[in-house]
Amino acid sequence: MLDTKSTDQPYRKWVEFAIESLIRVIGFSSIGFVFLIFLFLMREGLTALLDVSWGNLLGTRWYPILDIYGVLPLLLGSILVTLIAILIALPLGVGTAVFVREVAPGWAREILKPMIEVMAGIPSVVLGFFGMTLLAPLFLKYLGLATGLTAFTGSVILAYMALPTIISVAEDALDAVPKSYRDASLAMGATQWQTIWRVVIPAARSGILTAIMLGLGRAIGETMLVMMVTGNAGRMPLTLDSLFRPIRTMTATIAAEMGEVAQGSSHYHVLFALGIILFLVTFIINLAAASAIFRKRRRGGLR
Amino acid sequence: MRNKLANLLFILCILGISVACRLAGSKAPGEGGQADQPAQIIENKGSDTLVNLALAWAERYMSLHPNVRISVTGGGSGTGIASMINGTVDIANASRAMKKEEFEAAQANGFSPKEFVVARDAIAVVVHLSNPVNQLTLQQISDIYTGKISNWKELGGEDRPIVLLSRETNSGTHVFFLENVIRLGQKDSNLLFAQDTLLLPSSEGISAEVRLNPNAIGYDGLGYVTPDQKMLAVAKDEKSPFLFPSVETVNNGSYPISRDLYMYTAGEPSGQIKAYLDWILGEGQVLVTELGFVPLK
Repeated sequence: MLDTKSTDQPYRKWVEFAIESLIRVIGFSSIGFVFLIFLFLMREGLTALLDVSWGNLLGTRWYPILDIYGVLPLLLGSILVTLIAILIALPLGVGTAVFVREVAPGWAREILKPMIEVMAGIPSVVLGFFGMTLLAPLFLKYLGLATGLTAFTGSVILAYMALPTIISVAEDALDAVPKSYRDASLAMGATQWQTIWRVVIPAARSGILTAIMLGLGRAIGETMLVMMVTGNAGRMPLTLDSLFRPIRTMTATIAAEMGEVAQGSSHYHVLFALGIILFLVTFIINLAAASAIFRKRRRGGLR
Repeated sequence: MRNKLANLLFILCILGISVACRLAGSKAPGEGGQADQPAQIIENKGSDTLVNLALAWAERYMSLHPNVRISVTGGGSGTGIASMINGTVDIANASRAMKKEEFEAAQANGFSPKEFVVARDAIAVVVHLSNPVNQLTLQQISDIYTGKISNWKELGGEDRPIVLLSRETNSGTHVFFLENVIRLGQKDSNLLFAQDTLLLPSSEGISAEVRLNPNAIGYDGLGYVTPDQKMLAVAKDEKSPFLFPSVETVNNGSYPISRDLYMYTAGEPSGQIKAYLDWILGEGQVLVTELGFVPLK
């Protein structure tokens, strides 16, 4: 097919160039797509500020069919569920990671690691259904609540969902702590527990911080599950017992209402504005995670 | 093992043959009567209240008219009407009348929707089976849902908090309940659901919570009330009789929370769509009773 010798060299160069630019286009396109999505989100969402007054947007009541668009209860609802979920998931996740990496015998690790990966694969609808039919009645019965569909129920299941992420990232962080640290600690007469608690975990703390951030990002964006178990009552979670009462999150609101809105209505734009808020929150979380990784690198000693 | 495999193959063969027969059979009448008419597809979408009824109608009609295919989906009245306006479905199911803005949107698209009342529905107010409360007036239900009454003992029940359940705001049932029960039909009223109200995404969500929770009160279409929930008798005001929703009380207008169910077409229907709607309003009414709704007189 090819003309030999004379055309061989330029032909090869050309192919090289074509492949290289193709790969470059593919690489850059992902940046482009993110940028385009961002632009679209901004275009659809920022119009809400023209349609709806600030006073209305910052109100404490969400009732879109009468054009009442207070986003505060939704924002606080999302934040409450996510924070509590992480508070529950953090000790469990780090504990599991420590067990898998530092304590468990080889065979147990061989079983545990794939199990954790299976955990990550359970669809959130299944977890939501589990929460609705099993967890909510349990909480209703034994915690003396008015209803089992509460922020707490949502947090518990979200915590379960964020666990695999937290465990695997935290485990990687523990893995990166040099063996010499452990040896030195043990050589100085520290027990295994002292070594883990005072040496290994502090050395891995920036990695554990990353794990928390990624878990947070995973939890705040979750939709189906919170829609099924948190009750979706758009109340302000300001009282002390709010954790044990229903709340409504931003994601559940977008999912429940996007199907019915007329395109271009102010309700439609406000839902996109909720999307922008979510985007910003996850962006900040990811930024924090990235800076934790960066700090880790800069400190040098630990990878 | 080998035996089992042979059995399985045998069953598969039979299945295959029977499917082939059905396909051949369904073609046969087409060849005789309306030879060249292609199978027409009617898209039908909207109210979740109506979806079971619409499915039953569609199945029965398709078995009578094999050359028509009808696809039915739910999603809520608003969703169905929006799709009809955008031209993606032929018939929209709605558990409320179309709003003025929706009519205007349709007219902006160049047609005026045609309305058909296809059945009637009553909204039942339901509580947990163990709840001792038996009857409520509309005023009391309104006070409960606006948060004025927050404990069952104020209504003669046990000392328990009241947990309010409602459908999501995109449900026609939600809007109907707001306008006719919470606001008692008064146009100038600005009462709203209490902020504590749980908005559940489906009828199943409501029945599940009512079944489990002795504090709960919920409402839903009569067709969705299962025997494991307790229906309450409702009175228009203190002087009126307390009535349970039933075919008689809805059709003679004495049960206070009942409504018409609609189908909308984009403009005057014709051809198969018209034939389908005519059938629904005639013979199809038999199915309405079977699904717990109330047939037209």
